Amino acid sequence: MHELPQQLVNGVLLGSMYGLVAIGYTMVYGIVQLINFAHGEIFMTGGFGALTVWLILPNGTTMWLALPLMLVGAVVVATTIAIGAERFAYRPLRGAPRLAPLITAIGLSLALQQAVWAWYPEAKSARTFPQIPGGPFHIGSVTIQTGDIFLIAAAPLCMAILAFFVMRTRTGRGMQATAQDRDTAKLMGVNTDRIIVVAFALGAAFAAVGAVAYGLKYGVVEYKMGFLLGLKAFTAAVLGGIGNIYGAMLGGLVLGIAETMATAYIADIPGMQQLGGQSWADVWAFVLLIVVLLVRPQGLLGERVADRA
Amino acid sequence: MRQRSLMAMTAALTAGTLALTACGSRDEGNGGTAEGGETTVVIAVDAPLTGDLSALGLGIKNSADLAVRQANEKKYVPGVTFKFEALDDQAQPSSGQQNATKLVADKDVLGVVGPLNSSVAESMQKVFDDAKLVQISPANTNPALTQGPEWNGGTKTRTYKSYFRTATTDAIQGPFAAQYIFNKAKKTKAFIIDDKKTYGAGLAGTFTTEFEKLGGKVVGTEHVNPDTKDFSAVVTKVKNSGADIVYYGGEYPAGGPLSKQIKDAGAKIPVAGGDALYSAEYIKLAGAASNGDIATSVGAPIETLDSAKEFIANYDKAGFKEAYEAYGGYSYDSAWAIIEGVKKVVEDNGGKLPEDARAKVVEAVQTVSFDGVSGKVSFDEFGDTTNKQLTVYSVENGAHKPVESGTFN
Repeated sequence: MHELPQQLVNGVLLGSMYGLVAIGYTMVYGIVQLINFAHGEIFMTGGFGALTVWLILPNGTTMWLALPLMLVGAVVVATTIAIGAERFAYRPLRGAPRLAPLITAIGLSLALQQAVWAWYPEAKSARTFPQIPGGPFHIGSVTIQTGDIFLIAAAPLCMAILAFFVMRTRTGRGMQATAQDRDTAKLMGVNTDRIIVVAFALGAAFAAVGAVAYGLKYGVVEYKMGFLLGLKAFTAAVLGGIGNIYGAMLGGLVLGIAETMATAYIADIPGMQQLGGQSWADVWAFVLLIVVLLVRPQGLLGERVADRA
Repeated sequence: MRQRSLMAMTAALTAGTLALTACGSRDEGNGGTAEGGETTVVIAVDAPLTGDLSALGLGIKNSADLAVRQANEKKYVPGVTFKFEALDDQAQPSSGQQNATKLVADKDVLGVVGPLNSSVAESMQKVFDDAKLVQISPANTNPALTQGPEWNGGTKTRTYKSYFRTATTDAIQGPFAAQYIFNKAKKTKAFIIDDKKTYGAGLAGTFTTEFEKLGGKVVGTEHVNPDTKDFSAVVTKVKNSGADIVYYGGEYPAGGPLSKQIKDAGAKIPVAGGDALYSAEYIKLAGAASNGDIATSVGAPIETLDSAKEFIANYDKAGFKEAYEAYGGYSYDSAWAIIEGVKKVVEDNGGKLPEDARAKVVEAVQTVSFDGVSGKVSFDEFGDTTNKQLTVYSVENGAHKPVESGTFN
């Protein structure tokens, strides 16, 4: 059990990344009831946006200068693509049956993946991502890598900004109103089309932050990195209660910790040797999801219709 | 309106049918005849040309292409012009099988070089064997492919007569690595990780058996999902296990990040593995901390062999964009084994391809023997190479350096 603190930290880090991406799924679902399956790929383009900025910067630029610029690059690329997707792929289908935008999302996801694969230089296999020098840091028995510091700082900060935005700003309140009842919100003078664009853009921005964290943590970005992570983030959003922004973050953390714990400890339970290890972690994560949904079909924090956003 | 769309559809259908017949006519006949009475023989490559493992796959493709070009240049088989065709299997067994079916349907194809992955080979073997089309892999190392599923129990049986390989098997590679690591590198506590694929799990298994036999201790085992990049939970277990070596049965797209994360976590434990870690991409992914990591690979280091000097010079001259990587020499030899086979068949039949050219080529390849890039090229009764040479490489200053070369006994 002496490795428990380290495994918890591992789980929280993994979960924070899931949470950052899950916010995008949950916000879009909360407002237009669309599961945006292209969100994982928007996350991926964010990673490549950051990499592009790094490649443009002159050789030898320090990470302290480069990182904010890369972050800006990631956010700009991801939000541009998300807004474009909303405008040209989803908006024309606003009145269509639900299945149509869903299939569109899956198609868009494949298209984005293949576009990066085909046209981004040398993206046919993984591309290395710049690293923050220094570290690792030791706190008691826990080791934290330099790349993780960014994630530890970014995830709560993003959450706080989002909460403030949704609760305190005019646009945020507009979002809540649109989520509750789009037609009534429109009658009250809320520009719902604009609100929907904002929801897509915000989700993409958080995914882009997540993508930079991914690059710093694992040292690579690749064209298919959004697929599995997107799936996990979607699971996190459902686990936490889709439509609820705090639920997305909580769901991410629970999922990340569950996966880590399953990898670390299931194999030690007598008789469970065969069902332990990292290759079974996903199975246990989904067992948890099923159990949670059986007990609380609306997810951990519920889809309280009154204030979802 | 309706009539017009009907007309458009008919037109489209007619065009389609015409196109199909055009394709069909090229495929008919045994060994299509090109202009000037020359027979065309296609030598195909199946390898991952895109995706994670494309660095190795493109090396295989280019090297086989070079062999075909040289055979044509030298007019090695009089009356026969070789054509080269490469298909991408994306390291997926399902794609591999589709490619195999496609190649079998093209009557001009008389030999296939590839694939890279043992799991892909499993899906192709039967398709090729049913069509009696010879397949030579430069890279498959799983013993069961040639020696049958019971190879470890003592009853070796060859399932597919048309399958050969120029790479040494994991039945030798795993134990060879174990001997080096235990006897020479003096590591006694190993943490074994594999990716549950045919290649990775097989290699980890043969390594473990030999390592324990020598007196080494396995302090932990773990199976990972090679599609994820997060190995933090596994890394924590490795760090606390007291291991002094990690043996990874798997390929570099997951092996590189795994090594990086182990070192990042502050555990200075070297990672060792098989030929699928022996790639420049591994070092790129594992980063600067990969110094001291170990990889074994089949054959002697190409660069040190006299027989390979010409290959390397020609490869550079041909102007390929990608490096020949770990399997270049073996692909070149595989392609040449097919060319030698075709030559024998043509000569035995009085300068023409016989009706059952494919079956004859399989027989001919079984008996080839020539000096190739990697040494003597010939096959034993299972279709395995008779060349059992292996080499240990260690990462030094961002490159794989050969440390020890030898045969396992």
